[in-house]
Amino acid sequence: MGLVVAGGMYAAFAPRPANAEEASSRDIAAGRQLFLIGCASCHGKNAEGVLTTRDNNYGPTLVGVGAAAVDFQVGTGRMPLAQAGPQAPRKDPEYTEAETRQLAAYVASLAPGPAIPDSEYTDYSKTTVEQLRQGGEFFRTNCTACHNSVGAGGALPGGRYAPTLVGVSAKHIYEAMVTGPQQMPVFADTTITPEDKRNVIAYIKKVQSQPTYGGLAGGGLGPVSEGLLTWIVGIGAMVGFAIWIGAHGARVKKR
Amino acid sequence: MSTHDDELAVTEPVRDPGLPEHLERPTDVDPAQARRSERQISAMFGIATLLLLGFCVSYFAIDKNETFLGWSATNFALGATLGGAMLLMGAGIIQWAKKLMGDHEIVEMRHPVASSAEDREVVLKDLNTGINESAIGRRPLIRNSLLGALGALGLPAVVMLRDLGPLPHDEAKTVWKKGMRVVNDVSGTPIKPSDLEVGALVNGEPAIMYETDADGQPVLEGTALLQAKSKAAVIMVRMRPEDITPAKGRENWGIDGILCYSKICTHVGCPISLYEQQTHHVLCPCHQSTFDLADNGKVIFGPAHRPLPQLPLAVDSEGYIVAVSDFPEIVAPSYPRLAHDQKKLDEKS
Amino acid sequence: MTDSEAEYTNIEDTGLGKKAGGPVEWLDDRLGLATISKKNLRKVFPEHWSFMLGEVALWSFVVLLLTGVFLTFWFQPSMNETVYNGSYNPLHGLVMSQAYSSTLDISFDIRGGLLIRQIHHWAAMLFVAAMMLHMLRVFFTGAYRKPREINWLIGVGLLSLGLVEGFAGYSLPDDLLSGTGLRFVDGLLRSIPLVGSYLESFIFGGEYPGDVIIPRLYMAHILLVPALLLGLIGAHMLLLVYHKHTQWPGPGRTEKNVVGYPMLPVYAAKAGGFFFVVFGFTALMGAFLQVNPIWAYGPYNPSEVTAGSQPDWYMGFSEGAIRLMPNWESTIFGFTWSWNIFLPGVGAMGLLFTALGAWPFIESWITGDKREHHLLERPRNAPVRTALGVAGMTAFAVLWIAGGNDIIATKFHLNIYTITKTLRIGLFVFPVIAFLITKRICVGLQRQDANRILHGYETGVIERTPDGAFSERHAPLPTPNQYVLTTHDRLPVLEAPAEADQNGVAAPNSRSAKLRAKARHFYYHGAVDKPTVEDVHHAEEHLGEIEGHPVELGDEFQGVSETGVPRVH
Repeated sequence: MGLVVAGGMYAAFAPRPANAEEASSRDIAAGRQLFLIGCASCHGKNAEGVLTTRDNNYGPTLVGVGAAAVDFQVGTGRMPLAQAGPQAPRKDPEYTEAETRQLAAYVASLAPGPAIPDSEYTDYSKTTVEQLRQGGEFFRTNCTACHNSVGAGGALPGGRYAPTLVGVSAKHIYEAMVTGPQQMPVFADTTITPEDKRNVIAYIKKVQSQPTYGGLAGGGLGPVSEGLLTWIVGIGAMVGFAIWIGAHGARVKKR
Repeated sequence: MSTHDDELAVTEPVRDPGLPEHLERPTDVDPAQARRSERQISAMFGIATLLLLGFCVSYFAIDKNETFLGWSATNFALGATLGGAMLLMGAGIIQWAKKLMGDHEIVEMRHPVASSAEDREVVLKDLNTGINESAIGRRPLIRNSLLGALGALGLPAVVMLRDLGPLPHDEAKTVWKKGMRVVNDVSGTPIKPSDLEVGALVNGEPAIMYETDADGQPVLEGTALLQAKSKAAVIMVRMRPEDITPAKGRENWGIDGILCYSKICTHVGCPISLYEQQTHHVLCPCHQSTFDLADNGKVIFGPAHRPLPQLPLAVDSEGYIVAVSDFPEIVAPSYPRLAHDQKKLDEKS
Repeated sequence: MTDSEAEYTNIEDTGLGKKAGGPVEWLDDRLGLATISKKNLRKVFPEHWSFMLGEVALWSFVVLLLTGVFLTFWFQPSMNETVYNGSYNPLHGLVMSQAYSSTLDISFDIRGGLLIRQIHHWAAMLFVAAMMLHMLRVFFTGAYRKPREINWLIGVGLLSLGLVEGFAGYSLPDDLLSGTGLRFVDGLLRSIPLVGSYLESFIFGGEYPGDVIIPRLYMAHILLVPALLLGLIGAHMLLLVYHKHTQWPGPGRTEKNVVGYPMLPVYAAKAGGFFFVVFGFTALMGAFLQVNPIWAYGPYNPSEVTAGSQPDWYMGFSEGAIRLMPNWESTIFGFTWSWNIFLPGVGAMGLLFTALGAWPFIESWITGDKREHHLLERPRNAPVRTALGVAGMTAFAVLWIAGGNDIIATKFHLNIYTITKTLRIGLFVFPVIAFLITKRICVGLQRQDANRILHGYETGVIERTPDGAFSERHAPLPTPNQYVLTTHDRLPVLEAPAEADQNGVAAPNSRSAKLRAKARHFYYHGAVDKPTVEDVHHAEEHLGEIEGHPVELGDEFQGVSETGVPRVH
């Protein structure tokens, strides 16, 4: 099962022209060494992918997936995969930032693919009000169906899920949109421009940094958690008060 | 009734021992305890008054943008003071009743709910007299014509509701037309096939939603725009052509693996775009109907019955993706005349 | 009764009487207040915590009226578009309906507006929850029996109106979540056979979403439904006063009387105090717990949706039914019949309220019981009723869980399809299991009650006979406790109805009589009857022998617990 899912992943990484990668050949060489030790067992010695006997993908080819895919998968700890499952979960990264850069440089050197985004498109600090609004519209049109209106995540079939966007760096959100990891579709720069992507990120970050004005927010899960609170806190307290009012209280024994 | 009770008395295994003896509360016998309760209750009311004053101070003193614990400070301060004050007032009043008010349970006898036989008789007699005096029984013409008029009174009540809305029309149609471009939702930019790579998803709309007329006014706005959107929104995806199993007659509805489907779920109309690019399934977040986009939008799970309608695509002279026609199948939730309308659509094509 | 009255001073001799005498007389001359008040000022209300659940519903309704009036000062029920330029930054400059923009203003620019909105929303959810809980209390204690069937029907009406009222309110702000709810209503209307499209067009004033649905719902939400609710609540309370409240059986508490505290002062203070408690607590919930953050959802747009789209909890069962339903749709006589929406959407709701409304009449048809009942029945003494109630609650719970299956899938890392498939089967299986288990428990408790009367209670005192055998000493239950355990009705004798009279002519309604006999068998089968007079007599003799034991336990002794602490019954 996990093999199939992991295997299907390569569909996400179709080739596409990329900006010139400014990686030194030293990074590429170091990345190749890391790749042979940590990745080649599933993805093949030359990242060509490994097939199982039934022609399923054991590990997909990484030729042409680009530096962005590597930076996202390794940088969010999804790769290397700890165990087979419906989907690779986010966890603490195994590789340092330098090692991730080297791995990305090596994979990017195999064939052109989406590059790690320029900081120009991940720095959302200078977003204007109009850009924020625009980002919000893109977010609600393209993202909330899976990721929920405050980015709390949501369910997909087969035990899969759209992960929460809380605590995900701007760079990784950008890379996810541009590479379409796992089941997530690709939102390429041709349809949602890098500026639009930056606005979406700005909106996500803005919404998540907003105060929860009304008090404890119940995880952004909406009416389900509100219903539970109604019964547990509201009705619980009301029944408690009713019992107190109806209780007979202390009595003195017969004099 | 009485005979029944006599029977009960014999068959009941345990006799009613009667109301238990009244026991005094500590506050009834110990004046010190009573005074303590009195102080306690007045303290509750006193604190409540202070909290209510605090409410007024918070209202004016706290800036509405200030936060506290990541919450709105105004909301917290106003709610906590108001809630605390009312809770203390309530608790104080109840405590007063429990500790200091009279504590003797009293007995009230029940009376039969039904009226007495005499009362019934009198009412029946009066009713009869009244009916007789009205002569409603002897003059059926009057009675029946009045009943007829009363019945007719229902007609204006129903007829008046006619203008609540227009009669349903054009349910099978959307704003899509032959040659209309599929544009990106929000930005309104037209799309070329090369803009989509395998695995891509575009939330699209018909180009008319972003068009303006000669005066620079939008062609569609306000309610008309929302109504058009709630039927015409689409999702466009690209998958590897070999993954697609088009139905007969649909072989050329896509462009190199680019397929376009209605975004409106055929179940109850939620916009549906939870697209899984590897399984080619799209899931509705409202009721989990799942459609296979590689297999003509077929329903593979959930309460939806009809497949997701597909929009046939082509490329215009400038290389942008356009619709070949309106949806050949009816979009949005089913309605009673759907089968009839669909038949007409099929005949036309 | 008389000696308690003697403790109070005559009103003319009090300070209040001297001061208020004038105005009171003036009013009485015109209204005849004394005659009305005579019977009611000292009207008796029995006391039990479970009798106060309906009060929670009543007081939350009052909270809803008060906070609702406040909200109407600013809310604009219009779908006309406007550009937002209020305080909430992320939506600045967005085109939205006036309904949504004014709700944002209430939340961010009217001081205390967010608090009142949150109190209103919490009180609404509490209102329906308290009504349901109150209804369960009435059901499980048999308080709906004659003469209170009409009040039960009014209660069922109140509950159904409460759902409508809540849903209308949920739809007003025109945020993405409430719009998604309306989209569902649109689909539901269209699914109604033959007339669906007409209903949609008339209610929405044209094609969905139109521009009139929010003003229309607003009218229903603040005028039509509250007026109906208020009228029904008034009738509910009047009947309560006329019938006098039911009471639990106990020493001195019979079918003929009602024992409790007088309305003035104790009950008025407790009930009045409870209003402040309910208002105060909902205000605290409004202060501490965020509810329906409409700003996070964004304005409604028919091509947008958010994961985790759910209605408020009280519509959850309906939502769950829709999610569980298989995708049946058929074409008959050229018309499309959307069973997949109509059956769970209209059908589940109709089934629930029909079953609730019909139950008192079905039960009295089964039992043949036409007597008045003012004493409550302990749930264990009506095992089938209790078990049916729990089965119904289980079915409701299954649907409720199904309504949140996506949240459960993400929170517990489960496959959403598996949850749905399991619950599809569970909807039919779990209630049956719940029925069987509940009935067993009830019968077990009945048996335990009989044992406690016949064999006394376990004192925790271990005795050793001269030949070395150990046994636990039993002592007779105090008479008041015994009495409580035997106040319920004896089981009727079940006999098959005569299928034909002496001449061999089939009895006129033998089919219904047969059905009724079967139902009676089902209703009473397996229940344990209370001990007979002879049984108790034997038991007294038997336990009396022990009383003559050399070691006296004394009057005060009521047994010890497992840890050796003296017990009090």
